[in-house]
Amino acid sequence: MFEPKIIGFLCNWCSYRGADTAGMARMKYPPNVKIVRVPCSGRISPELVLRTFWEGADGVMVLGCHIGDCHYSTGNHRTAKRMPVLKRLLEYTGIEPERLHVNWVSAAEGEKFATLIHDFTETIRELPPIAEVIK
Amino acid sequence: MNDEVRVGVYICHCGSNIAGTVDVADVARWAADLPNVVAAHDYKFMCSSLGQELIEKDIQEKGVNRVVVASCTPHLHEATFRNACARAGLNPYLFEMANIREQDSWVTTDRVEATKKAKALVAAAVSRVVYQQPLNSLFVPIDPNVLVVGGGVTGIQAALEIADSGQHVYLVEREPSLGGHMAQFDKTFPTLDCSACILTPKMFNVGNHKNITLLTWSEVEKVDGYIGNFTVTIRKRARYVDVSLCTGCGVCQEKCPKKVVDEVFEAGLGYRKAIYTPFPQAVPKYPVIDRGNCTFFLKGTCKACQKFCPTGAIAFEQQDELITVKVGNIILATGFDLFDARRISQYGYGRLANVFTSLEFERLSNAAGPTGGRVVLRDGVTVPKSVAIIHCVGSRDRNYNNYCSAICCMQSLKFAHLVKEKTGADTYEFYIDIRTPAKAYDEFYQRIIHEGVHFVRGKVAEVTDAARLQGEEGKLIIQVEDTLIGAQRRIPVDMVLLSSGLEPREDAKETSIKFGISCSADGWFIEKHPKLDPVATMTDGVFVAGACQGPKDIPASVAQGSAAAARVLSIIGQGEIEIEAATALVNEETCVGCKECISACPYTAIEFLADIDKAYVNEALCKGCGTCVGACLSKSIKLKHFTDDQLVAEMIGAMRTMKLFEMAEAEVV
Repeated sequence: MFEPKIIGFLCNWCSYRGADTAGMARMKYPPNVKIVRVPCSGRISPELVLRTFWEGADGVMVLGCHIGDCHYSTGNHRTAKRMPVLKRLLEYTGIEPERLHVNWVSAAEGEKFATLIHDFTETIRELPPIAEVIK
Repeated sequence: MNDEVRVGVYICHCGSNIAGTVDVADVARWAADLPNVVAAHDYKFMCSSLGQELIEKDIQEKGVNRVVVASCTPHLHEATFRNACARAGLNPYLFEMANIREQDSWVTTDRVEATKKAKALVAAAVSRVVYQQPLNSLFVPIDPNVLVVGGGVTGIQAALEIADSGQHVYLVEREPSLGGHMAQFDKTFPTLDCSACILTPKMFNVGNHKNITLLTWSEVEKVDGYIGNFTVTIRKRARYVDVSLCTGCGVCQEKCPKKVVDEVFEAGLGYRKAIYTPFPQAVPKYPVIDRGNCTFFLKGTCKACQKFCPTGAIAFEQQDELITVKVGNIILATGFDLFDARRISQYGYGRLANVFTSLEFERLSNAAGPTGGRVVLRDGVTVPKSVAIIHCVGSRDRNYNNYCSAICCMQSLKFAHLVKEKTGADTYEFYIDIRTPAKAYDEFYQRIIHEGVHFVRGKVAEVTDAARLQGEEGKLIIQVEDTLIGAQRRIPVDMVLLSSGLEPREDAKETSIKFGISCSADGWFIEKHPKLDPVATMTDGVFVAGACQGPKDIPASVAQGSAAAARVLSIIGQGEIEIEAATALVNEETCVGCKECISACPYTAIEFLADIDKAYVNEALCKGCGTCVGACLSKSIKLKHFTDDQLVAEMIGAMRTMKLFEMAEAEVV
């Protein structure tokens, strides 16, 4: 079975702690996602996501605080505007836009985090490996 | 030699927390072969002093100049290991952590997969740490003034502790008086002290303390800044009473012709006037005019209070005032709301007259309350001959709140005692479990059993006035499954008390956003660590205490009030505090002056230098979110410690390891 390779960029304050919450509750989820911690989802430039696909990631997750909950008050507003544009760019370049998943996970939402990882891994598993898309 | 990167990697077993699922020795062996790694160990507990010494020794003896620890979440021990590096003379920003517990061993079932994931995470950290640069922390002075929000017993305790130590406190309370819920109670469990008798002296001390600025009838509007340097805007609502003239004589309250049902302090059972203090011992003693009910404000006539006020203190022309204070730390002690028992319609509150909430009973039983302490039915005269007390109303119920409200068992036992003492009525407790875990609590339970209270274990299905059997006419009938005898029972009583649970304040979410902290799924404020840092939050300089953090009784709330005060005093004592060195920096050579970063910055920390047409980051204002980096079109801003090369290296470290395993597997197939 195809095991997708996924990188998750998680903000330090909500999503990363949401992942910690899932861990503390010993929720089980697939090991495919490797997390890179960033201070705020607003730090994630489009180039960083593109570079990650270029390095062979089959999927990229961008998780931040819920709108209104951002530790930096409005950093995630940028994410909310930036990522949909990036998705359209991905589509334009022939990379399926569903390979980029953007969502909001609070520090309390361990269960949501585990479910997202589970669902996203399965979504990516349905797609061909990125090596067949980027040649 | 000086430029050579020498990485030390340390894999923690965390007892069996990691080692039980991850082959730590294998990860350490594998890490030893990664580029630039000169030392790789696995150890039982890296956070122990022996574990930390391992790092220090390698730095000093093996020339290790980059450190990677693979253990728990950085939120737990990043500071621990940074300090270990610093002790050995290594800049703490040359340390990186791989989270192989919360993100791996605790969430992965398969040992082989967990070990592979640990290797990928370690490789990512090793790859990243090579690019990390030494940074010097900024130190900012701490403003010694403190803001305490909430004037209940928790806020009072915190404010007094801090003020007694000599620091200045701004205590903000939105009601006209200090006291909170505790001021409404009759007796406190398990000692049955009179609540007011133990609370009002503390209120008095707050009101007269030279180090406390008491702002009642006030609310925090806006909070700016960060630990050590908050600027807080407070709305001081118009009292319509000039406090410099008012003596608190109470004539205005006597003369005011407008009676209003007191929904707050008397829980709807009693009246107050349109100009009022909630209760006689209120602190401050000055009344407020309830604008929405005052005849003068409604119709333009009356002014009875003004006519009779002996000092001319009534000031109808007063306006709300916005005041700005500077503080270094903030304690939130905003308390709880009582669960609205109307939501459980089958218990009949609001429909059946003689169903009372816990707060209503507190007022009935209170000698200063609307009945002068007589426990009577809603008609105000009839003494009940039988009383039912229902536990867990709105708590431990998947339809409302899953959590236990912690105070209701003891509160219910106290009610049973008071009912027995005051009326001699036959008293029933309907409970799911009796939870009396604190000091002298279970002894109190035993005492109530011996007082002859009936205990029925079972969740009450319904409270009804529809009589079916003989002896039920005119009564409230409790329909319940008695799970100890395994039978349905109908128990007719005169009075029903609902031991309602505690809920987060209706506006807790709004408050959390205002102060930059988080709420749990249930809506309570989240503490930094549930066991080891129970009053701090993820936002430095903002602390939570008492029931706003979760259901708590008075002793626990007071303990947290003191704890939060101690935490704040320890910060003030340091004089200055280290703030994250990870701030943004503009590369003036490539900046094109497009100002995109300026509009992206949530803190207005970026200025535009018009003379050279470049952006400039003010480090003291920058919080290090990096939103400007994501927005910069010419890649001219870097966020220190989260630079592009560092993040890309981390990503590549993980990607290459995953690809390596993928190829190895393909070969096997």
